[in-house]
Amino acid sequence: MNSVDLTVKIGSLTLTNPILLASGTVGYGNEIAEFIDLNKIGGIVTKSLSLKPRKGNPPQRIVETPSGMLNAIGLQNVGVEEFLKEKIPFLKQYDVPLICNIAASSIEEYVECTRLLTTEDFIKAFEINVSCPNVKEGGLQFGNNPIAVGIITQKVKAVTNKPVIVKLSPNVSYISEFAKVVKDNGGDAVSAINTLVGTSFNINTRKPKIHNVFGGLSGPAIKPIALAKVLEIKQKVDIPIIGIGGIMNWKDVVEFMIVGASAVQIGTLNFIDPTASIKMIPEVEQYCLENNITQISELTGSYSSQK
Amino acid sequence: MFIYNSAIEKIIALENNIFLLKAHCPEIASTIQPGQFLNIKVSETTFPLLRRPFSVCDVEGDSIFIMFNILGEGTKLLQKKHIGDTLNIIGPLGNGFSLGGNFETAVIVAGGLGSAPFPYFIKKLNMDKKIACFVGGKSEHDVIQYGMRNVKVSTDDGSLGFKGNVVELLQQELSSYEYSKIKIFGCGPTAMLRSLREFTIKNNIECEVSTECAMACGFGICMGCPTESAKQNDKYLLVCKDGPVFNVKDVVI
Ligand SMILES: Cc1cc2nc3c(=O)[nH]c(=O)nc-3n(C[C@H](O)[C@H](O)[C@H](O)COP(=O)(O)OP(=O)(O)OC[C@H]3O[C@@H](n4cnc5c(N)ncnc54)[C@H](O)[C@@H]3O)c2cc1C
Ligand SMILES: Cc1cc2nc3c(=O)[nH]c(=O)nc-3n(C[C@H](O)[C@H](O)[C@H](O)COP(=O)(O)O)c2cc1C
Ligand code: FES
Repeated sequence: MNSVDLTVKIGSLTLTNPILLASGTVGYGNEIAEFIDLNKIGGIVTKSLSLKPRKGNPPQRIVETPSGMLNAIGLQNVGVEEFLKEKIPFLKQYDVPLICNIAASSIEEYVECTRLLTTEDFIKAFEINVSCPNVKEGGLQFGNNPIAVGIITQKVKAVTNKPVIVKLSPNVSYISEFAKVVKDNGGDAVSAINTLVGTSFNINTRKPKIHNVFGGLSGPAIKPIALAKVLEIKQKVDIPIIGIGGIMNWKDVVEFMIVGASAVQIGTLNFIDPTASIKMIPEVEQYCLENNITQISELTGSYSSQK
Repeated sequence: MFIYNSAIEKIIALENNIFLLKAHCPEIASTIQPGQFLNIKVSETTFPLLRRPFSVCDVEGDSIFIMFNILGEGTKLLQKKHIGDTLNIIGPLGNGFSLGGNFETAVIVAGGLGSAPFPYFIKKLNMDKKIACFVGGKSEHDVIQYGMRNVKVSTDDGSLGFKGNVVELLQQELSSYEYSKIKIFGCGPTAMLRSLREFTIKNNIECEVSTECAMACGFGICMGCPTESAKQNDKYLLVCKDGPVFNVKDVVI
């Protein structure tokens, strides 16, 4: 039988397969490990970490919407120090690439977090979250500003030799402008997309359903938008892209790769079926076999422009 | 906790739009504790997208029961299921009620659908414990006595039993008990749990409550279900993992 090489490269980072678990949808790995063998997944991206622990937003933090959900968690996390002390030891039992996602409220904080985390060998890359819609400072304030994204990329790169992936906001007019800034400032890859700003109201009380009023929309509802953003980047900028947004099955993975993603991340689906990510790997492999693809990266950007 | 496909064995309509669903799930039936919950995918499509959490209501052999009322689209779909349909269930989830302890009498306080976890609780409680149940609702239609024992009822409108809320009824009736020999177990609307908390802390009565919060995952990965901790100001507790049952002294309701 022919075999398919599922390995993908994101800068200097090699993954055994292109399916990763998205930030904020797997905590620090310990709960999801009860459902799946973490050794099999392409990589894990941690919940966004900040320098100091963050309490996050008051409830209600989530609400379901048609084919999606809004969340305003507010970056609740244990902070860099506790992460290194209490959370990493568990993950070290596994042979899985760990990507640390960092969210900060100042440029200095991004740099400081990276500096502290980069000394830990088990961390293989960084994903810089400049796109969280749910906190007052940082987050979108940076994600909307190409100059800030450029400075953050450059300063973070200066303190680590590990690949730096910048996670982009879809809540901008031209996402490719941001991808270009990342590339020009030495970033190794971009991930797209983070959640879209949305809200939902109760028509009887006329009150917002989530405490923060605005939240981030995720789930299958956002897939067409995410695909369009990945395609826009692919067409304008030569940089590896990790595709994220509404992936529910292996076909969605293939679709993201066709429009330009080198790898993908599974988010909201982990809440619904924590085993789904692992199950997709052989299914994607099967698709490759049937389509005479021997190295999965042949799929990346392989779309046909014929109308 | 794990994911199971369970066949529906029965859906029983109790009075007043309340349903009992019985499903075959030996793995969960053999391990679940009273007060723990299940997160159930009620459809195979993206409508609704997220699972719906339900307390375990009872266990019989290899089967588990949940009790629900029709609230929105998810519970509407659940009620329309047929015998033999499969339900995808994650469980057992969260921390249940503590069954042991020095108390002589377990005093159950339930409001509306807050009765759901108690049939199993009563079944699993040590034989040597006495049981007293206080069950309340807005009117007689909301009072759920299924599986309860030694029941006293309250209704806000006085249509059945004591006129007033269930915590007022409790205060009136508890005078015949020695506070150090009872433990209260509560489940129901937030307002009820709040006054129960106030009353039990003031009178130094042991009390555990089962709380609710909107949930996405139900097992600790989304951080969607925070509840204010009474002991640590800088950190939330998670209802799905640290609860849903809490000692009232540990949470702010
Ligand atoms: C630990 C726990 C145990 C539960 N046990 C039971 C039980 O035994 N029997 C029972 O009938 N119900 C129980 N519930 C409530 C039950 O989950 C909801 O009734 C159910 O989700 C409603 O789904 P729906 O689609 O019909 O309603 P919808 O209103 O359409 O639900 C929409 C969304 O609102 C969320 N939501 C529902 N209820 C609440 C709430 N109280 N607070 C915040 N968000 C909410 C849902 O999770 C869902 O995502 C429990 C909830 C929790 C958290
Ligand atoms: C509950 C929740 C929490 C999230 N937290 C983070 C986070 O901390 N950092 C981050 O970069 N992205 C976060 N995200 C965004 C996801 O990583 C992902 O980009 C987004 O949900 C789109 O993918 P999906 O549709 O597959 O969920 C979160 C998403 C959800 C639903
Ligand atoms: S419901 Fe996801 S963490 Fe509690």
